[in-house]
Amino acid sequence: MANSHDSGHTQEGPTGLWSWITTTDHKRIGIMYGATAFFFLLVGGLEALLIRTQLAKANNTFVDADTFNQLFTMHGTTMVFLALMPMSAAFFNFIIPLQIGARDVAFPRLNAFSYWVFLLGGIFINASFLIGAAPDAGWFGYANLTSTQFSPGLNVDFWGMGLQILGIASLAAAFNFIATIINMRAPGMKLMRMPVFTWMSFVTQILVVTAFPVITVALVFLMFDRMFGTTFYSPAAGGDLLLWQHLFWLFGHPEVYILILPTMGMVSEVLPTFSRKPLFGYAVVVYSGALIGGIGWAVWSHHMFASGMGAIADTYFAVATMLIAIPTGVKIFNWMATMWGGQIRFTTSMLFAIAFIMMFTIGGISGVMHASAPSDLQQTDTYFIVAHFHYVLFGGAMMGIFSAMYYWWPKVFGKLMSEGLGKVHFWITFVGLNLTFFPMHFIGMLGMPRRVYTYGPELGLESMNYAATLGSFLIGIGTLVMVFNILKTWKGPKQDVGKNPWGAATLEWAISSPPPVYNFSVIPEVRSRLPLWTEDGMSEVPDVPPEPVHVPGGSYWPLVTSFGLVGIFVGAIAKSVPIAAIAAVVLVVGIFKWGYEPFEM
Amino acid sequence: MSTAATAHYTSTGLDTRKIAFWAFIGSECLLFGSLIATYLSYEGKSVVGPYPGEILDIPLTSISTFVLLMSSLAMVLALDGVTKGDNKQARIWLATTVLFGAIFLGFQAYEFQHFVHNGLTLSTNLFGSTFFVLTGCHGLHVLGGVIWLSSLLIQSYRNKLGPDKAMTVEIAGLYWHFVDVVWIVIFTVVYLIQRG
Amino acid sequence: MSDQNSHEHPSVATYLKIAVILTVVTAVEVALYYVPEFGLLAPTLLVLSAAKFALVVMFYMHLKPDNKLFTNIFWPPLLLATGVILALMALLGNW
Repeated sequence: MANSHDSGHTQEGPTGLWSWITTTDHKRIGIMYGATAFFFLLVGGLEALLIRTQLAKANNTFVDADTFNQLFTMHGTTMVFLALMPMSAAFFNFIIPLQIGARDVAFPRLNAFSYWVFLLGGIFINASFLIGAAPDAGWFGYANLTSTQFSPGLNVDFWGMGLQILGIASLAAAFNFIATIINMRAPGMKLMRMPVFTWMSFVTQILVVTAFPVITVALVFLMFDRMFGTTFYSPAAGGDLLLWQHLFWLFGHPEVYILILPTMGMVSEVLPTFSRKPLFGYAVVVYSGALIGGIGWAVWSHHMFASGMGAIADTYFAVATMLIAIPTGVKIFNWMATMWGGQIRFTTSMLFAIAFIMMFTIGGISGVMHASAPSDLQQTDTYFIVAHFHYVLFGGAMMGIFSAMYYWWPKVFGKLMSEGLGKVHFWITFVGLNLTFFPMHFIGMLGMPRRVYTYGPELGLESMNYAATLGSFLIGIGTLVMVFNILKTWKGPKQDVGKNPWGAATLEWAISSPPPVYNFSVIPEVRSRLPLWTEDGMSEVPDVPPEPVHVPGGSYWPLVTSFGLVGIFVGAIAKSVPIAAIAAVVLVVGIFKWGYEPFEM
Repeated sequence: MSTAATAHYTSTGLDTRKIAFWAFIGSECLLFGSLIATYLSYEGKSVVGPYPGEILDIPLTSISTFVLLMSSLAMVLALDGVTKGDNKQARIWLATTVLFGAIFLGFQAYEFQHFVHNGLTLSTNLFGSTFFVLTGCHGLHVLGGVIWLSSLLIQSYRNKLGPDKAMTVEIAGLYWHFVDVVWIVIFTVVYLIQRG
Repeated sequence: MSDQNSHEHPSVATYLKIAVILTVVTAVEVALYYVPEFGLLAPTLLVLSAAKFALVVMFYMHLKPDNKLFTNIFWPPLLLATGVILALMALLGNW
């Protein structure tokens, strides 16, 4: 049941565990996404350290080949689906409604549902470790390694079903944010007045809506092959293994833009704030982001240059891929031009944002090298590729997320994180990441393949591998520093950071830190792209609402429905029809109860 | 069904649920597009039979196609009834839509079991796999629609489907018509245009 | 607020006319199926079903009289889906 109430003049929401379990408040959901994603970031990081320990020496025996396969599969899967995407989701949730002047997202209960499905999906896929059957066929699961013939255990089933669950969470959230951004902007908040973070997130949601259905189909084919003996990926029946690769990468390439675009948006907020200067070329940055998203849909087979598609396909995909470098480069120049001539403040957040530009550029350069099909034939499946994507995803996306964490932390929690510890975190991480991933360019060019659990000493790559391992442990230490900073800030004394500790320009900084439960006492009227930096940029938002603001209560139906949904997959993997059937009933009941429950915004 | 999203000022003056639903329909285009793409990419490549030419029943499927098309007519008439506050018209045409949807499913169930009886299953060959998964996915969507519309019919009989609920019915209609439109594509490229 | 959503509803008569057209076109399609040696069967059928698709989407799903926003939400994914179909057929060698 939904127990809505009028907030009266109270700023805080309800307290207690039950209020979190039934919450439909985007701010709480954002915090839950962030905490859960951070936990999985540590899990994925641990998997990375185990990988690097094994590879520190030639012919090492720290873990065996099977374990190694599980480690790199889960490291990739965890980092992409359980860490990076949900960390961005944490910011979509908390920040977007505030940036557009809304009180919540369009469908608050659907929002809660997305979070619970994500959490249960993350638990589902990691539960595989408990039976020693973690996914082990790579994060991209190529057919027919994933067939029951070559992967008879439950590993691939956990992977296929786990990703299906997570996909549903992402899709639900995408519909929610698209509706929110289109229809819930405050008066005067025209599309071309929206902050760049909201814009990039909008493009990202469109990519989710179009790309996730494709992997849904690819995974259905895979699971049906495994469970019901269909022939989608069966060469003996005339099937084409490349069907999997095409379907996967039709999803997979937009997915990497889903990973990077939000963080480009984050950095586009941080840089102007700490340069005391508006973003250079706002409109061009927005259009470039949209163009990256659009072209990103047309380049998928650059992941398949070694699969024998033929000269025409190779040429088309090579050229299309190189074209993406143009809008990307434009953004880089715009960020640099933003800083040029500004009054730079080197806060921790700013350091991470500047590092993002540098690291992402390095990753982009190796990316353009892979775009040439003949060149890629040497690079593909080597550590050169590993270097590329870690530079863009760690040096890029992750640094962008760290930047955003330090930037928006005071808004979310009403406390500033320690700048001293933050800088330690930054420098250790910056050195660590370069020490880990830069040598991989050379290791790869000198012939070390990906996904091998060991290598011989005669390759002469031991010292560079060892250096990379040292770097990875440095990253680990840097992360611990950040954890310490978070705990210290949490346990530390209350602070009064005010509404706008950084002196930023966008709407979320017009209200208290943390915001009141209803966000804005009065929905503002917006008259500028930089409301807080412009004379008469927005109408006033009083500290106390002139009239009581209605706050919707919570609901437990999203949680119930998510248990029903995930329960079906649990039944499937346990090969238990009763479990699946009961879960299906729970799902249907949940949906109907949710649908007919009175719930007023 | 009371709604969070209609109670306020909106940026476009349009219903938020309708916007979200069209985005959902967009995702369904990609879902069915991938299934159809696979069907067409594998068409004619089965190594063993039965093959489409020997087993697809055009006359029968033409009838079920016609029934589904007419169900869309019933749906717009049902929405018209709800909008006008004419409960009788709403109920008759909602019931007709449900009935026609159920008939379509009946034909499909018959077709499936007839195929299985004649040696075409999910695992027989590429045709079996692609055909059953594509049309089965579509059939599940029809089933979902039948359940949804039935629950609206029940609401109507409880006098809870007045003109204020017209948007809910319109959205259910969007879903129903889209499922119909996907069938138009499937009927053409699977049944009428056979390549091997 | 809901007045923003009201638009000219096609009349019941229009809906019936469209239903008749859909029926006739389907009958023609099925009839063409049985014409022997009809080399242009595939393109003809594709054009005819595209017409049915358009009629249902524009009138039953109301896209034509509605606000352009809904059309702008629908056509990009539709275009992408069509692209996926064509690309996959070409790349997997079944053109």
